[in-house]
Amino acid sequence: MARNKEALVLLLDVGPSMHGVLQQVENICSTLVHKKLVYNKSDEIGVVLFGTKETCNELAKELGGYNHVVVARDIKVVDEGTTNALQNLPRGTSPGDFLDAIVVGLDMLIRKFGNMKGKQRMCLITDAQHPLRDPPQGTKKDQVDTIADQMKRHEIKMDCIVFRESGVPHNAVMDENDQLLYHFRERSVTKVVQVDSPTSLLGALRTRNVLPVTVFRGDLEVSSNFKIKVWVYKKTSEEKFPTLKKYSDKAPASDKFASHEVKVDYEYKSVLEPDTVVPPDQRIKGYLYGPQVVPISSAEWEAVKFKPEKGVKLLGFTNRSNISRHYFMKDVFSFVPEPGNTKAIVAVSSLARAMSEMNKVAILRCVWRHGQGNVALGVLTPNISSVKNVTDSFYFNILPFAEDIREFQFRSFSSLPSSSQPTEEQQEAADNLVKMLDLAPPGREEILKPDFTPNPMLERFYKFLDLKSKQPDANVPPLDKCLKRITEPDPDVIDYQAPVIKKIGNAFELKENPKKKKARTQDRLTYTAADDQAKLLEEPSAEKVGIAEILFPAEEKVEIGDHNPVQDFEAMLAQRSSSTWVQKATVEMQKYITALIQDTRDGDNHQKALECLVALRKACIIEQEPKEYNGFLTKLYQKYKTADDAKFFQFLLSKNASLISKEEAPDSDVTEEMVRNFCPKPEPFSQ
Amino acid sequence: MDLDPEGLFRDDSDEDDDNVQEREANKEMVIYLIDASPKMFTPATTAKADEKEETHFHTIVNCITQALKTQIIGRSHDEVAICFFNTKEKKNLQDLAGVYVYNVTDREPLDRPDARLIKEFSCIEDSFVNNIGSRYGITSGSRENTLYNALWVAQALLRKGSVKTVSKRILIFTNEDDPFGGLTGAVKTDMIRTTIQRARDAQDLGLSIELLPLSRPDEEFNMSLFYADLIGLEGDEIVEYLPSSGEKLEDMTNQLKKRMMKKRKVKTLSFAITNDVCIEAERSFICNDTGALLQNPEKRFQVYNDKIIKFSARELSDVKRVSSHHLRLLGFKPLDYLKDYHNLRPSTFIYPSDEQIFGSTRVFVAFHNSMRRLGRIALAFYGNPTRPQLVALVAQEEVTSAGGQIEPPGMHMIYLPYSDDVRYPEEVHLTSDVVPHATDDQIKKASNLLRRIDLKNFSVCQFANPALQRHYGILEALALGEDEMPDVKDETLPDEEGLARPGVLKAIEEFKASVYGENYDQEEAEAAAAKAGASKKRKAASDAAEQKSAAYNWAELADAGKLKDMTVVELKSYLTAHGLPVSGKKEALISRILTHLGK
Repeated sequence: MARNKEALVLLLDVGPSMHGVLQQVENICSTLVHKKLVYNKSDEIGVVLFGTKETCNELAKELGGYNHVVVARDIKVVDEGTTNALQNLPRGTSPGDFLDAIVVGLDMLIRKFGNMKGKQRMCLITDAQHPLRDPPQGTKKDQVDTIADQMKRHEIKMDCIVFRESGVPHNAVMDENDQLLYHFRERSVTKVVQVDSPTSLLGALRTRNVLPVTVFRGDLEVSSNFKIKVWVYKKTSEEKFPTLKKYSDKAPASDKFASHEVKVDYEYKSVLEPDTVVPPDQRIKGYLYGPQVVPISSAEWEAVKFKPEKGVKLLGFTNRSNISRHYFMKDVFSFVPEPGNTKAIVAVSSLARAMSEMNKVAILRCVWRHGQGNVALGVLTPNISSVKNVTDSFYFNILPFAEDIREFQFRSFSSLPSSSQPTEEQQEAADNLVKMLDLAPPGREEILKPDFTPNPMLERFYKFLDLKSKQPDANVPPLDKCLKRITEPDPDVIDYQAPVIKKIGNAFELKENPKKKKARTQDRLTYTAADDQAKLLEEPSAEKVGIAEILFPAEEKVEIGDHNPVQDFEAMLAQRSSSTWVQKATVEMQKYITALIQDTRDGDNHQKALECLVALRKACIIEQEPKEYNGFLTKLYQKYKTADDAKFFQFLLSKNASLISKEEAPDSDVTEEMVRNFCPKPEPFSQ
Repeated sequence: MDLDPEGLFRDDSDEDDDNVQEREANKEMVIYLIDASPKMFTPATTAKADEKEETHFHTIVNCITQALKTQIIGRSHDEVAICFFNTKEKKNLQDLAGVYVYNVTDREPLDRPDARLIKEFSCIEDSFVNNIGSRYGITSGSRENTLYNALWVAQALLRKGSVKTVSKRILIFTNEDDPFGGLTGAVKTDMIRTTIQRARDAQDLGLSIELLPLSRPDEEFNMSLFYADLIGLEGDEIVEYLPSSGEKLEDMTNQLKKRMMKKRKVKTLSFAITNDVCIEAERSFICNDTGALLQNPEKRFQVYNDKIIKFSARELSDVKRVSSHHLRLLGFKPLDYLKDYHNLRPSTFIYPSDEQIFGSTRVFVAFHNSMRRLGRIALAFYGNPTRPQLVALVAQEEVTSAGGQIEPPGMHMIYLPYSDDVRYPEEVHLTSDVVPHATDDQIKKASNLLRRIDLKNFSVCQFANPALQRHYGILEALALGEDEMPDVKDETLPDEEGLARPGVLKAIEEFKASVYGENYDQEEAEAAAAKAGASKKRKAASDAAEQKSAAYNWAELADAGKLKDMTVVELKSYLTAHGLPVSGKKEALISRILTHLGK
């Protein structure tokens, strides 16, 4: 792990022009620290603020100058103090000078580590829109050169995130600053990223360092006598929700070193003799072939199984149009030429450029490792670099085999009945919406670019984790405003485009299918009501519900919602189109009530459950189905009479919701007496 | 009307069946109804003298075998029955003439396919004439209606299982477009009427009847003569049933495959390989600290800042629920903003449905049109509870060919990565030095190469997965008790012959020379020689070690237990001399030596 240890200095602009996004800057840096606390506990972080009112740094003390730069935290191993240093960043009063901050950060790193090797990085977040202080001698560019040389000498990398609100006109100062930052990129290992919305600011900083590992190093074989040396890395890989361990509370509280972990043990037992455990050496793998199990030992299997030879071979080139985008199967690989091998770099570069010019792709067959049991077939697409010091490379996507493809036939849209075909007017409305809800408007950065979009779920998890470490009983925090932009359309845009959306809402008539039940619909209606824009949002979401149908064809459509169970139930009963509905309704209600009682804690659900039960009882009397109710209640009683829930039945009696007697419904075979004796009050719960 | 005792018995067992099917929803029961009239045994092609003549019957047997093999792998819970009609012999529960339900021992007529069925069925042709026999079923003289009988038998076979949970299908294979052509007058109309009525009845019961027509060489299969009525086709739909020419097996198999998949709108790629079914797994949770047995623990924890933070399952699911909706439209982007590396998982296909909200198809079609015309993709948020994700929706135009639909119309949902999922491997080895890029001449040479090695008709699904093919090939051979392991051809290997063509060779050489320089091979050879020098050094080292190690009597030292008194360097000399790994602590080295000495 040590080789992945990193020292990072955050250079944060807190000047007046950054005040609007300081909250996001705090968030992103906190997430970074949270993740380090989980994954890289030995990493070190320092925090430098610039644009502040005060001045506090070593250079200012020793040399003077470097005003309005504050070292908020020295480079130290991450801990709670780091998170605290990043909370409530001071609102600075003077325009930030990022060059000063870089020099201070660089100085901190060099002082601390000297000539020690190790990963050292600076991360600058600024809006770079204020003129920089003129250096005492030479030009600013010369100054950048000097700094870059220092960075190179100490192998210090830098990430610059330039945030500028969209709509702010570009001026000469910004241009000059940008030029300087780009000059850094040319002279040292620096990455410059421009973002223009708070949401993408949250995604612009890579919050977790993953040590890149090659999947394959070796030859890309064009033919047997022409090979290109390449290294293959993962280009995308899903960052998973952390796998939490199961917690065991069995350890005594006094044991401070208890791991509280849970070990999972498996025992295999034969179906024929369910009591004896089959030891590992008597087990052998069997594969299912139809109803038959074919046993085969791993040694035998090893001897006959498919063993392709390691290597990456070219099958040929083909037109890009032959490979549809939706065939891409997995996460993406990146083929980079062997580092430092000029010939490989040129070979990859010329192939990539030729492919991109001719709009071709290459088909490869890959066996990454020796002894790998399968081959990967995929498509290689060029990735032309626009930066001088980055080599051209390829992306590689796995394609499906014949067995992997599902070919389904669907009805052609042109043969749909005219009731499903849009009219010209409707088509125009749709066209307009597509044009207006543009996420890549000219003159702006792309909105919600995947590369700059953080994962809202993880973002929230780490926030919650940190919160819980301070207050163990904290509630799950609501989704941050910026993260909401990812899960929901931007309300500003929706407001702005309201007429267009309204138009499309009017153009299409969407009707609930009266046969399908409401639960889901209700969800939606409450949602739109909350947004107070009834017509406007209903349209897109209505469409999507239709789509969701396809994705979840097996989903239960009849259910009783949590909001208003009694009303739902009555609505279902009111659908008197067939008797099955009555039955369905009662069955659903019974399920719901059981669930309520099951989930109950300290009787908090009892009131609700009782209401439901009363409704069910009433319905059963009206529908002449007393046995249904009586049977259900008896079962419920049997199941829960010993638990805490027994109180519930007392409660129930007091509300007159006991069994249905003969008097109330002639079909019932329960007498008045049985009703009275149904739940004997004072009985101690002996079972 | 079918009150046979067998049927009653089956009704009783229905309940059990239903329970089973709840677990295995989307099960399918298929009856293959094969015409065995002599017409099926006439050569399908006007074959050339040197080729073996292939009959329709042969084709069908082959492609059903193929289908069964696929089925046993992918969906082995589906049940099949094979039934011939127009046969000499009869074998069916109703004892109807001209219908033969084919089966093997230890198997219900309608049951899951097993290895024996496949094996015996695949060589049925040889014994067919002797055991089952073929004849014209419907002739002017007799009152027999074999097609009617066959439908009846099939319907009776399909009585088990409820229509709600199982989709039941009858697939008819025939090359006779006019089965009642030999008849005239009232008999003919009567028979047609009753047969169609039988088919209708079956369809009313929820069975679907499909036809895979085969055309004889001299005439096209004419759907409108009889079968259009039988399966209830109208107007344009007849055209969809383009008769396969029957000349090529592949066509037929493909067609069958498409039909087999048609009804299943499941997005999973299911290849479940399970452990031995005779064994039940029991899982228990044991506390690591105390060894106490736990109930299914509810809480999970994460170590954070050296503290244990506990979460309840509910809190976790709350954290994951970032959006309540299934799919939220966010906006639209031009097509080229979807980059090649914006991919994580296989895509999902979306087709509109009016089931819940009337008019949604219309909206969907309108957006589909707009997006295609304006070259946009839609960006949406998919609030999947386990991993909420941004998705791109790409409108797919319908693509059809003579063989049917290639790409259905709809939208593909492509799962996009988040910023944390994207890595920048191309920048790992970044230095501030300018890296070389290709010159125009090199690009030209590369283009030339690209033109030479061009896969013109590449299609994504043309290769079978060699690993899977081999896996199931072996299983099949083992299950059927065959001695010889099948030889599976790896279709994914490059075309060596094609690459050895002089034109290609020349293009490769030219490109190589332009990027690597003229003397590359020589340089490489030198580099390799230099490496060999390095390995020579290694060789010398091992020789030295050998000499050194020979100085000791290792067996004796080991016996005397003196190994632990020796230095690590001395121990390593033994290991190096015998080509063993030299890693680990001293104890590890000693135990390795002991193992090697066989002590």
